[in-house]
Amino acid sequence: MECKYQLKDGCMRISMPKEVDHHCAEKLRREADLLIGAYHIRKLVFDFAGTEFMDSSGIGVLIGRCKNMGYSGGIVSAEHLNERLKKIFIVSGLHKMIQVEDDSKETETDEKSGGK
Amino acid sequence: MKNEMKVEFDAKSVNEGFARVTVAAFLTQLDPTLDEIADVKTAVSEAVTNAIIHGYEEKEGKVCLTCTLEDDTAVIIVEDKGIGMKDVKKAMEPFYTTKPQLERSGMGFAFMEAFMDDIEVESKEGLGTKVTLIKKIGQREEENQDGCGDSAY
Repeated sequence: MECKYQLKDGCMRISMPKEVDHHCAEKLRREADLLIGAYHIRKLVFDFAGTEFMDSSGIGVLIGRCKNMGYSGGIVSAEHLNERLKKIFIVSGLHKMIQVEDDSKETETDEKSGGK
Repeated sequence: MKNEMKVEFDAKSVNEGFARVTVAAFLTQLDPTLDEIADVKTAVSEAVTNAIIHGYEEKEGKVCLTCTLEDDTAVIIVEDKGIGMKDVKKAMEPFYTTKPQLERSGMGFAFMEAFMDDIEVESKEGLGTKVTLIKKIGQREEENQDGCGDSAY
């Protein structure tokens, strides 16, 4: 599955692939960095709604984007994590680097505040 | 009862998915929980990725994957005939990586240790690396006995 990029008002939402591993990592990294640079992205959202699998190669991609965004003072968050991904985030300590949106209290504030 | 399968494939990243799905499919005869399958898939993915990136440095080579089921235990062996490692202990330290330029998180072995019961690594410089991953499949039976559901972590 291809990943998709949505850009709006300096915010980029990345719909992550079904399986985030070494095989898709390079392409994901290249495309994301290109867009972050070209569109001066201030806020990056990783959307894991369609993701069923992720290993440490995926963690590497996320940490890398976090660092890049951090240099320019941007914000990084992740949402729609299934139980498995939450476990992966905790085991790797990624939940301390990336803001994880809680699905249960999630609202549409992004769209509302960012729109007009 | 003992049951074994063995596959050999090219050291190409596209085969990482093939490897973990193959092991998961073979494992189903032990009636694993979804969590157990996910644990094994993650560990296999880490080991195979290591063989491709580090063992063969993304050049040509073959990765050999063996899975042996005996009673309720799965023993998975991932072998490569790549460059091997000088210092296995160092390589297994969390966050240690020889390829930071590739944005490797250095968490491969930590993940294998976290998701499997036991892991053994043998490596010889210039000859290759053999990673043995061991996991007892039986969380479902324990769950039924003491009814403690999903409180594993």
